[in-house]
Amino acid sequence: MRKRMRAWHLGAAAVVVALAVPAAGVSKTSAVPTSIGPGEGRLTLVAWEGYTQPQWVKPFEQKTGCKVSAKYAGSSNDMFNLMTSGGGGQYDMVSASGDASLRLIYAGAVAETNMSLIPSYKDFYSAFKSPPNNTVGGKHYGVSIQFGPNVLMYNTKAFPKKPTSWAAIYDPKNKGKITIPDNPIQIADAALYLSKTRPSLGIRDPYELTKTQFDAVVNLLKQQRPLVKKYWALASDQIDLFKNGGSTIGASWPYQVNTLEAAKVPVASVIPKEGVTGWLDTWMLSSKAKHPNCAYRWMQWITTPKVQAQQAIYFGETPVNRKACAWMDRLSKGSCAQYSANAPESFYRSIKFWKTPVADCGNGKKDCMDLRAWTNAWTQVKG
Amino acid sequence: MSRFSWRHPWLKPFAQISLPLAAFVFVYVAALVALLVQGLWTTDSFTGKIVHSWNLDNFRALGDTPYPTIIGRTVGIAAAVTATCMAIAFPYAYFLVRVASRRLRLALLVATLLPLWVSYLVRVYSWRLILNQDGALNWTLERLGLPDVGIAFTNWAMWLVFTYIWLPFMVLPVYAALERIPYSYLEASADLGGRGLTTLRRVILPLAIPGLAAGSIFTFSLTLGDFIAPTLVGGPGSQLIGNAVYDNIGLANNAPFAAALAAVPLGIMAVYLAVMKRLGAFEAL
Repeated sequence: MRKRMRAWHLGAAAVVVALAVPAAGVSKTSAVPTSIGPGEGRLTLVAWEGYTQPQWVKPFEQKTGCKVSAKYAGSSNDMFNLMTSGGGGQYDMVSASGDASLRLIYAGAVAETNMSLIPSYKDFYSAFKSPPNNTVGGKHYGVSIQFGPNVLMYNTKAFPKKPTSWAAIYDPKNKGKITIPDNPIQIADAALYLSKTRPSLGIRDPYELTKTQFDAVVNLLKQQRPLVKKYWALASDQIDLFKNGGSTIGASWPYQVNTLEAAKVPVASVIPKEGVTGWLDTWMLSSKAKHPNCAYRWMQWITTPKVQAQQAIYFGETPVNRKACAWMDRLSKGSCAQYSANAPESFYRSIKFWKTPVADCGNGKKDCMDLRAWTNAWTQVKG
Repeated sequence: MSRFSWRHPWLKPFAQISLPLAAFVFVYVAALVALLVQGLWTTDSFTGKIVHSWNLDNFRALGDTPYPTIIGRTVGIAAAVTATCMAIAFPYAYFLVRVASRRLRLALLVATLLPLWVSYLVRVYSWRLILNQDGALNWTLERLGLPDVGIAFTNWAMWLVFTYIWLPFMVLPVYAALERIPYSYLEASADLGGRGLTTLRRVILPLAIPGLAAGSIFTFSLTLGDFIAPTLVGGPGSQLIGNAVYDNIGLANNAPFAAALAAVPLGIMAVYLAVMKRLGAFEAL
């Protein structure tokens, strides 16, 4: 009995090794695949909730035979930990946002991907073909999927005259009516504002801040704190506050604007003259993916116009594929324009997309403030 | 075997409790030790990997802004909540024990416990509805011709909500303590010329102290560790230790510093219990 058990173990080990070797071969040699082999029948994902809805996952499974199992992550840091813990390899892909994607790349957790294997790539707006949060040194690490701008939302009754500048959320006149997202990456919004209003600071990229620039930004945020009604952690918090009049102006996402408009609350949003930050999500492939062929099929599928449109409408965000616009209007009339899926290229170019703040920010001195400094500062700002 | 255990009388009870003891040591104590040990390490700020070099940097960093403020605020709110709960629970429990009819007592006890059977989140969100700009509180004030108050998303809101959700944890031990006071004590006090207030001060209150102490341990420690209510009903400047811990784990990926922060309530509770012991709160236990 014991002997047979051992034989069984050996057999199982051999199977595991046989399964692992080709997968490891794809990543370890960093040889990017030039063609897609037969599917492995499975695909494991770490995703934002709402990114793996049956309406586009079911057809994918039927078409490719790759059975999808997804784990929802609660935060960008959660995603990072899921993809790196235990050496990684437990999950094939992650729908990383810009504040996690560079960390994943530098930690070696995700693999270079071959964009010529993804037919829809040519239809992407050019701003999303090689964005700095998923493309390093000309190498692509995953495929861009969806994005959204961080807009200025206001109550049209309280602000009959449309605000045109982020100055409104730093203005003592609006004391107690301002709502701000509770996220350290929000520091970039203040940096973007200062880059335009105080050019002497020399801020060129809101995610690459030296100590002096950073201190000035944090100082502005500290002055803003007494004006703030609520640092919202959940989108629904801000929605509630706009509904009951607790807040009349704030930094927001198109999702809240659309939800409030649907509820007949008099709100509108604006892209202020200083520009906006935004998030851009990327499906990234684990460097130890066990099902890389299914993963490539997923990247092909998720970027097709119809799926892009479905996801955009479901989640309230904007697809990167320009052909998705027509599908959006077919699925829900007017949604293409509502989510700016047909804006001029210059609009997409103007959005400063989230990226992980790192010390080595390319000025040769490695003296930029990193994510840890950002998080500490944010705790200080909130008091 | 039996002779062996006869020669070693400690063996049998030891064997009987060894399983729960092991569970206690591994589940409770080991987790706490792991926490404290982790506080002595650091993380590489970019890769997020833990660097196993021993130092006290994390504990030293607790002295940097804004952590003293956060710790002070947490202790302050916990103390305020505990004091308020005591002030409400004592007369309420006294009423239940001495005044209320048996029927009313049962109904009121159920009413006290009722909130505990409802989800924590539902209770906190219902307070948001009350305190909102156009919520029940301002509606009532308006009807009464009073000016409205804007305490939604402030430390006042946090104090109110904490007091509400932890109140049952104070009422029950105080009720149990008061119930144990024999009526004859009160009669004896009266016979010796003690008036109502004197009896309260010299007989009832001293005998109720163990109950108040037990209740305060609940309300104080529960407030110290909470991070949900500050997120939901707190405003700017409402971070408690729990929020700072959450931010350091959930956003900054700095588990060692979070561990150091999490050790703070442990220290505060140790001091608190020592003070209570010194005051003689546990003598009747």
